Amino acid sequence: MKQPVVKKQRTLAAETWRRFKKNKLALTGMIVILTLVVIALSTMVIDFVTDKAIYNDYVIKQNLRMRLQGPSREHIFGLDEFGRDIFMRMIWAVRYSLFMGTIAIALSTILGGLLGAVAGYYGKISDNIIMRFMDVLLAIPSMLLATAIVAALGTSLTNVLIAIAISYVPTYARTVRASVLTIKDQEFIEAARAMGASDVRIIFKYILPNSMAPLIVQATLGVAGAILSIAGLSFLGLGIQPPTPEWGSMLSSARAYIREGWHITVIPGLGIMITILSLNVMGDGLRDALDPRLKN
Amino acid sequence: MADVLLRVEHLKKYFDTPGGTLHAVDDISFDLNRGETLGVVGESGCGKSTLGRTILRLYEPTDGTVYFENQEITSLSNKSMKVLRRDMQIIFQDPFASLNPRMTVSEMIAESLLIQKIFTRKQGPQLRARVTELMDLVGLSSKLINSYPHELDGGRRQRIGIARVLALDPKFVVCDEPVSALDVSIQAQILNLMQDLQDEFGLTYLFITHDLSVVKHLSNDIIVMYLGQMVEKAPAKELFSHPMHPYTRALLSAIPVPDPDYAVDRVLLKGELTSPIDPVPGCRFAKRCPFVTEACTKADIPLREITPGHFVACILV
Repeated sequence: MKQPVVKKQRTLAAETWRRFKKNKLALTGMIVILTLVVIALSTMVIDFVTDKAIYNDYVIKQNLRMRLQGPSREHIFGLDEFGRDIFMRMIWAVRYSLFMGTIAIALSTILGGLLGAVAGYYGKISDNIIMRFMDVLLAIPSMLLATAIVAALGTSLTNVLIAIAISYVPTYARTVRASVLTIKDQEFIEAARAMGASDVRIIFKYILPNSMAPLIVQATLGVAGAILSIAGLSFLGLGIQPPTPEWGSMLSSARAYIREGWHITVIPGLGIMITILSLNVMGDGLRDALDPRLKN
Repeated sequence: MADVLLRVEHLKKYFDTPGGTLHAVDDISFDLNRGETLGVVGESGCGKSTLGRTILRLYEPTDGTVYFENQEITSLSNKSMKVLRRDMQIIFQDPFASLNPRMTVSEMIAESLLIQKIFTRKQGPQLRARVTELMDLVGLSSKLINSYPHELDGGRRQRIGIARVLALDPKFVVCDEPVSALDVSIQAQILNLMQDLQDEFGLTYLFITHDLSVVKHLSNDIIVMYLGQMVEKAPAKELFSHPMHPYTRALLSAIPVPDPDYAVDRVLLKGELTSPIDPVPGCRFAKRCPFVTEACTKADIPLREITPGHFVACILV
C-alpha cells in the first residue's frame, strides 16, 4: 500500500513570517523599527560600559558658543539651542520614545484586552461593571488623566509609563469587547464548548486569535499616540526631565527657535514621523499575515 | 429488550425575551435505543436545534430530565459533564461557521483529543498519527492537514466536523441538520459516510432536519415537532404510510416528487406560524389546521398512542 505523504506541520509563527515577508512595505517598516531597537540597545550598552562618559560629554554637555549651528560635516544634524549635537541626542533618545511607548501600549493592550475579553465573554454583570469603569476613564481626556496620575504619583519614568498605560486601557477594552461580542455567538465557539473546552481555553484559543486584527492595528497606532503623549507630558514638565534627550521634548523646546534654525525642529519631528509610519505599516502587514483567510 | 441509551423526560427549554417567555422546547419525552437513529423534523423555528442542544446541555434545560446510559445528566456538575462529553457529541449545520477560521484541519481534529486529554501535547507523533487516521476515516486526503477551513469546500469542511467528533469515539451524536448547507450531490456523500460510521462504530444519532426524504432514508423513528411540541412520533415507515396529525400530513404532501406529470394533492396550510412566545393553551396548530374544532383550543392536547409505537397529539384522530 502506498504510504500517504504527510506534509510537515508549520507553526503559526513560521507561517505568519512566511506571509509577512512578502509585504515589502511592512518589511521595510519592520527593518526601520528593528534598527531603532538596535540603536536603543547599543546606547544602553555604551552607557553601561563607559559609565555614562559619552552621554555626559556629547549628549548633555552644553556649548553655547556653537548654539543653533546648522548641519555640517562634523555635526550631521547640526546643534540645538544649547549647542548640543542633535545626532547624538536623537540616538540617545530612541530608548525613551520607542521603548516607553511600546511598553506602555503593551501594558494597556494586555490589561485592556483581558478586561474586554472578560466583559464581552461573560456579559451581564461583569460586562456592566468593567465597561462602566472604562466609561469613567474614557470620560476624562487621556492626556488629562495621564497628567493627573503623574502629578499624583510623582514624576518618574515608571509613573509616566503607568499613567500612559492606564489612560489607554479603555480603548483596548472597547476594541476587544466589540470583537469578542461578534465572535462569541458563532457556532465554532459552541462546538468547542460541546467538546468540553474550558472558558479560559475558549477565550485564549478561539476568541482572542479571531479578534487580534483590530487589536494589532489599534496597538501600533497606540504606540504612535503614546510616543506623542510622552512628548506632551515632557513638554508640561511631567515626563522626561531635561536634560535627558527625548524626541517629543526636543521638539517642544525647539519650537521657540524655529526661525533661527529649521533643523532643530525638523529632525526630531522626522524621527517621530518615520517611527510612527514604520509602526503603522508594520502593523498593517502583521494584521494581514496573521489572518489565514488572506493567505496567498 | 431494547437497550435504551438516551431517555428524555418532559424536557423544557424556555427563553426569556423582552416580549415574554419563548417556549422553544415544550415538554418533550422520548427514548432512543443504542445504535438507532431518531429523526426530528419540523419547520424553521420549531425548536429542533434547541432540543438537540438542550439534551447536550449546551443550553441549560428549564425543566425535565435527560438520562444517558441510565445516568441523570441534567444535574451533573460541569466537571462530570466534561467527561461525559466524550460520549455525547454534536455535528453542526453550518460547516462554515462551526470551524475556527484560525485553526488548520489537523489542529481542529487534534483539539478535541487535547481538550479531553486523550493525548497530551508531548505525544506529538501519536497524536499526529491519530489525526491522520481520523482524516482517512472520514475521507479527507492527508495532504489537507495544513489547510485552513476557508480553503476547503462545504463537503470537506463537514468531514472535518465529523472527524473531530469521531476523535472522541462518542456513543451518541446529535446531527443538527448536517447536510442542509451542502449541495445535493455532496449531501448524499456525507449521509452515506455518516451511515457507514454508524454501522462501524455503533453510533446512535439524533438526526435533526427539515428534509423529510433524508430522515426517511436514515431514521428508525421520527418525531414531528411543531412550535416546541412533539405532535407525532412513529417508526419511519409507519409515519410515511399512515401520517395522522394534520401537520404531518401537510409536511408529507409538501415533499417534491421528481416527476413533472405527477399531480399531487397538496395540503396547503394557511396563515402564519403562531408565536412561540407565551403560547395560549390548546393545540398550537389550531390556527392553521384545516380540520380545527372548538375543542382544539380549549385545553392542551396530550400525546396518545393510537397504534403500537405511534403517538399523536390530536383529538381528531
